[in-house]
Amino acid sequence: MSRELIPGRLSLPDLVRVGQAGLRARPLRVLLSALGIAIGIAAMVAVVGISSSSREDLNRQLQSLGTNLLTAGPGKNLFGEDVHLPAESVAMVGRIEPVTSVSATALVQDASVYRTDKIPAGQTGGIQVLAAQVDLLPTISGQLAEGVFLNEAIAQYPAVVLGAQAADHLGAAPHQQVYLGKQWFTVVGVLQPAPLAPELDNAALVGWPAAEKLLGFDGYPTTIYARAVEDDVTAVQKVLATTANPEAPNEVDVSRPSDALAAQQAADATLNALLLGLGAVALLVGGVGVANTMVISVLERRGEIGLRRSLGATRAQIRSQFLAEALLLSTLGGVGGALIGSLVTIGYAFSRGWPAVVPPWALAGGLLATLVLGSIAGLYPAIRAARLSPTEALSTP
Amino acid sequence: MTALIELERATKRYAGDVVALDDVSISIGRGELAGIVGPSGSGKSTLLNLIGTLDRPTSGTVRIDGHDVGELSDREVSALRSQLIGFVFQQFHLTAGVVALDNVADGLLYAGVPRAERLRRAAAALQQVGLSHRMEHRPHELSGGERQRVAIARALIGHPPLLLADEPTGNLDSAAGAGVMDLLRGLNSDGTTILIITHDQQIATSLPRRLPISDGRMQPIAPPGIGATKEICHES
Ligand SMILES: Nc1ncnc2c1ncn2[C@@H]1O[C@H](COP(=O)(O)OP(=O)(O)OP(=O)(O)O)[C@@H](O)[C@H]1O
Ligand SMILES: [Mg+2]
Repeated sequence: MSRELIPGRLSLPDLVRVGQAGLRARPLRVLLSALGIAIGIAAMVAVVGISSSSREDLNRQLQSLGTNLLTAGPGKNLFGEDVHLPAESVAMVGRIEPVTSVSATALVQDASVYRTDKIPAGQTGGIQVLAAQVDLLPTISGQLAEGVFLNEAIAQYPAVVLGAQAADHLGAAPHQQVYLGKQWFTVVGVLQPAPLAPELDNAALVGWPAAEKLLGFDGYPTTIYARAVEDDVTAVQKVLATTANPEAPNEVDVSRPSDALAAQQAADATLNALLLGLGAVALLVGGVGVANTMVISVLERRGEIGLRRSLGATRAQIRSQFLAEALLLSTLGGVGGALIGSLVTIGYAFSRGWPAVVPPWALAGGLLATLVLGSIAGLYPAIRAARLSPTEALSTP
Repeated sequence: MTALIELERATKRYAGDVVALDDVSISIGRGELAGIVGPSGSGKSTLLNLIGTLDRPTSGTVRIDGHDVGELSDREVSALRSQLIGFVFQQFHLTAGVVALDNVADGLLYAGVPRAERLRRAAAALQQVGLSHRMEHRPHELSGGERQRVAIARALIGHPPLLLADEPTGNLDSAAGAGVMDLLRGLNSDGTTILIITHDQQIATSLPRRLPISDGRMQPIAPPGIGATKEICHES
């Protein structure tokens, strides 16, 4: 009579065991509703993983290309008119203390390049004719696909080096001739794509002297490429405009191509956000599936609930049991989804030749999301189960 | 010492003006073996549910081991069930797909007993009901009588002073039913108070005390073999 009425504690292992038992009794249904969660998590992990892998690839690329390249080009003046850099600007940029190498290209106005002299004028495929200094390649970390680059000697003659895309468009290889500025130039080399100077990909590069002699080139550089000591890049960037054109520094456009590459990546982020949103929707649908499964489970197991109440389970313990079940169910889906998402990332990165990166925070975030979702989805069914009156529960067959 | 079970003017009304139990006052002492008898729909299960604290009276009081059930919180009433009462149901209520040993061990799940101890005591309880050789069998691999013995093992594993059985033999043939009754009598002679609902005339007449009920009211106690037998005859 003086017995104290304090319910026994249900230990965590017991709670997990009870939750597991409930799931194990209906494996197919559990698998299907876990699959819903898994698809959502897999989609989100894969989106984050693939974009991380591509960023990592870019980082490595930038590491080998260097982020210390700066470019300067003529902008527009206050009246919106095109201006040009002074002819001596290249040499002046080269005199900036931390600049280790400098080179330049210049747009040759009114010169176009064609495969043959039979091609109608205007069908240039957008290929620009540029005069290039002979030290261009090392400055931009460019590579030759075949042939040779311009040197002091070749630069005097009607010889041309084609960017990767231009060579493709013209269908030209070294030793062939192309019709450039109404005369025949010999292709001496073809470049590989240049990530830091993508404007060269669709360009035909001729020697500076040859351009002046044969193409009526005015000698004004249009893009100055400068490599600076890594730690001083920002400082150089600040003085570059003034140095290139002391009289009108505001008419100089200065940029850092590695930043442009990173910015392009950031543009991809919009698409990623969209895909991530789709993943979240899938996850939400998965959560609804879990809630549905749990509601049905509570309806079907009224007898079991009544029995547990008769054995002394408190309402809270019944609630915990069904919450635990929902959490286990969604965790199963979350872990499976994280695994699938990681595999998709690895497979895709492998196919693109990227390093595979699945950020730990994405995995942790995915699992956290499933836990939150599982508790939300399980809450209502759990409360319903706990509210059931024992006699009512026991009397259902 | 107070009676183990005490009902004072307990009434249970269901929605739709159904008075399942009407002003019932009874007292059952420790160590009794009593049968609740009466026609179908007379309120036997309702009475047993009130005594088992699975339900509360609409009015009146139910006192178990001195505790007024109406005053207890959900936690307290749950603790009371796990400490004082064992239930045996007509439909057994064994968990499908779970072996007999684990089904019995679940009887202590909410009593705060560690798992190893639960399993040890489950094995002992199964031995007590003569099912040592069926410990690893799942419910569907057991006969009806064996299932009910597993359920009894689950009810007695915590040594509750009170055992309530609602038609424990209702789903069994007479031989299996007799086995179950022998078991309950054995428990009673070890000191457990047992209250059973039965429709079986033979079982009813064999019990030391009978509580006849009809239309939700307790009937005057008839000498064994007369009143109760009549009621049951109406029934069948
Ligand atoms: N949840 C409920 N809601 C409404 N009425 C109920 C409910 N439970 C039982 N009743 C009614 O209460 C009365 C008593 O029911 P109870 O289950 O106690 O009968 P019983 O004596 O156990 O019958 P049986 O021998 O058939 O099991 C019946 O008339 C029944 O219809
Ligand atoms: Mg009944």
